[in-house]
Amino acid sequence: MSVLIFIDQAEGHVKKTSYEALSYGSKLAEQTGTSAEAVILGKTNEDLAALGKYGVKKIYHINSEALNNLDAQVYTNAIAQAAEASKATIIVFSNNVDGKAVAPRLSAKLKAGLVSGAVALPDTNNGFIIKKAVFSGKAFAKITVNTPVKIISVQPNSYQVSAGEGTAEVVPLSVTVDAPKIKITAVNKVSGKVPLSEADRVVSGGRGLKGPENWGMIEEMAELIGAATACSRPVADSHWRPHHEHVGQTGLAIAPNLYIAIGISGSIQHLAGVNRSKTIVVINKDPEAPFFKAADYGIVGDAFDVVPKMNAAIKKMKGIQ
Amino acid sequence: MKILVCISKTPDTTAKIAFTDNNTKFDTNGVQWIINPYDEWYALVRAIELKEKDAATVIHLCTVGAADAEPIIRKALALGGDEAIRVNAESQDSFYIASQIAEVAKPVGYDLIFTGKETIDYNGSSIGGMVAELLNLPYVSLATKFDLAGTKATITREIEGGEEICEVDLPLVVSCQKGMAEQRIPNMRGIMAARTKPLKVIEPAAIDALTSITGFELPPPKAGVKLVPADNPEELVRLLHEEAKVI
Repeated sequence: MSVLIFIDQAEGHVKKTSYEALSYGSKLAEQTGTSAEAVILGKTNEDLAALGKYGVKKIYHINSEALNNLDAQVYTNAIAQAAEASKATIIVFSNNVDGKAVAPRLSAKLKAGLVSGAVALPDTNNGFIIKKAVFSGKAFAKITVNTPVKIISVQPNSYQVSAGEGTAEVVPLSVTVDAPKIKITAVNKVSGKVPLSEADRVVSGGRGLKGPENWGMIEEMAELIGAATACSRPVADSHWRPHHEHVGQTGLAIAPNLYIAIGISGSIQHLAGVNRSKTIVVINKDPEAPFFKAADYGIVGDAFDVVPKMNAAIKKMKGIQ
Repeated sequence: MKILVCISKTPDTTAKIAFTDNNTKFDTNGVQWIINPYDEWYALVRAIELKEKDAATVIHLCTVGAADAEPIIRKALALGGDEAIRVNAESQDSFYIASQIAEVAKPVGYDLIFTGKETIDYNGSSIGGMVAELLNLPYVSLATKFDLAGTKATITREIEGGEEICEVDLPLVVSCQKGMAEQRIPNMRGIMAARTKPLKVIEPAAIDALTSITGFELPPPKAGVKLVPADNPEELVRLLHEEAKVI
């Protein structure tokens, strides 16, 4: 019996969210008295044995060219075979873009109950109950999984990565791999920037910034503190910033450790996408802005005055001239 | 070409979230119901745009829900669907819903099945993938663009920190999000036409759900905002560094 963790990669490197899944799955194996094992697909640039420090004992490597890019159908069949080899009773994904593509398929294939977006380890004292955020972060649901094999996808930024000592046994696994039906023709990545979905810190701007030409100070702050940049819906809709930066109910939902909202009033739809952030800072000149009710720290003031002063203070703190 | 758009009924984005029966049921008292925004704004509108380019296209809508889902189905028909199918069952879990949709789709053989990327109530992001698996079709999730040339679809999908463009032949299942299309408002002609469009009600297939909801809870309230005077932003930086330890 095992907890089998899917290790997700981008360009041959393990994603940050997979370290969270590995830590979560290893802890869960300890909790349920089973073995923590993992599966990785396609070519990799990583030292797989070293991933043992996240608690995983064995890693199945299915190395086939057909698995170098995501085709959810092909991935599902490969992971199902790894689950069989590993005698997995629990399969763990990250609820990242690839997890959202593959975990539901695997659930339907194996008739294994899926909880997507778990925010904590299951309660196994009385059944198998997993907590997840629902109503776009406005509440949590406790879901009981009623099937012998269970699938959990862990919400990004919800479970602390824990690394110790240890080496994993790497087992090359030969399985039937179908030919992909999906052909990737181009990948457009914003290089050198932290992906918003994986960012620990996010600096976000709203309509209060008056125009795209005023984003310099937002980008400067983001760079100073190692943050990704984001924006509210009206900003994306006005094409001041690209759509993929839009956070909120209909954009990306994020839960970074720090979310700094500048010139954003905090509509209920915007809050739904960011309310699980651990520390929320609001800078807005309107003291009645609803965002202050959801914030941990705030300044009622003009962003054009406050933000450059904050940037100067951060530089001073970091000893940057 | 035949397109199936999966539609879900969800509480309005501004609905107050509360629970009853010892926190085991969503409190529907005073809740306004809408079409799940991802289903409406992106999946359905993109399907309508495809039909506008190729008049031979037929759009079917499918929802799994009780009779109280009919107003939102009529609204979807007013936007532009040709006919709707309601599977007369209360939702149990995503596998239950996906299985009902797959049962509806199987005999028809749709070229394209669109879902929203998630519903704004249970945020599962699961229906599209499950339907695709049950029908043994390719699945492209989190699509932000969709174009069709003959039977070849060119799709842009979200990846971490960017996007990926892929090609895949029909039939397939796609989950849709922002970028696919722009929100529309039904016009009077659409609303009138929707009244007479077919809305077929069918009984559910016998499917066992794989999961069940044990209870709900609300997040603990925030302790309250700590306000720093506007003339002292340096103090905010200090607090973030020394107290919150986030920078």
